[in-house]
Amino acid sequence: MATVIDRDQLQDLVAQGALLVEVLKAEEYQEDHLPGALSIPLAQIDRETVKTLDQEHPVIVYCWDAA
Amino acid sequence: MAPRAAARLELLGFTKVFHYHAGKLDWMAAGLPTEGENAKRPRAGTVARKNVPVCALTDRVGEVRDRARVLGWDAAVAVNDDHVVLGLLRSAELDKDADQPIEEAMRPGPSTFRPYVPIKEMADYMTQHKLESSPVTTSDGKLVGLLLRSDAVAQAEGCPDCVRKMI
Repeated sequence: MATVIDRDQLQDLVAQGALLVEVLKAEEYQEDHLPGALSIPLAQIDRETVKTLDQEHPVIVYCWDAA
Repeated sequence: MAPRAAARLELLGFTKVFHYHAGKLDWMAAGLPTEGENAKRPRAGTVARKNVPVCALTDRVGEVRDRARVLGWDAAVAVNDDHVVLGLLRSAELDKDADQPIEEAMRPGPSTFRPYVPIKEMADYMTQHKLESSPVTTSDGKLVGLLLRSDAVAQAEGCPDCVRKMI
């Protein structure tokens, strides 16, 4: 199960090289996203879209809010 | 949505998956930078004046008024040690008795706005509600700056595509 983190932990992990992934729709990503984040909308997460990512590398996912 | 994305990644073999629970809204509410089309457009946090005078509840009105006016301000924000906004003093409050403590003179619990609010939205709101200034704070109440209506209106007029839908 994924580890829930807060903003400070996110910044620490990113500083250590973690990959940031926004899972909202692409249009929302285009408006605003966290610095350095990739866009992989939830509906598009499959073996093909993540094949270039290292499965052993830390990945942080986020959407709009906690709802 | 993000928990489902995290679960999906784990099913696909990712072993170190983290979920930023509070999400993009929390990031933007903290006044942190973003990338994207909206990042270049003015928002409450970018237009707010960061050099607004601050004071403590125990300070006296006269001292705060003098300090503010020397700096060209007709407003000050009362904050605690953590810079959390406790009250606002506009010109009417700063004109009160010089010996009065700030805690008694200020407008307590003023409406505050998050840094990511588009400047057009702020300009319209402040005009409709006749607010000459409004504190901009992070989601945990810490002062980012004081937004002046004149600044908000001027910026909004110079940015016709500043309106956006906040989800």
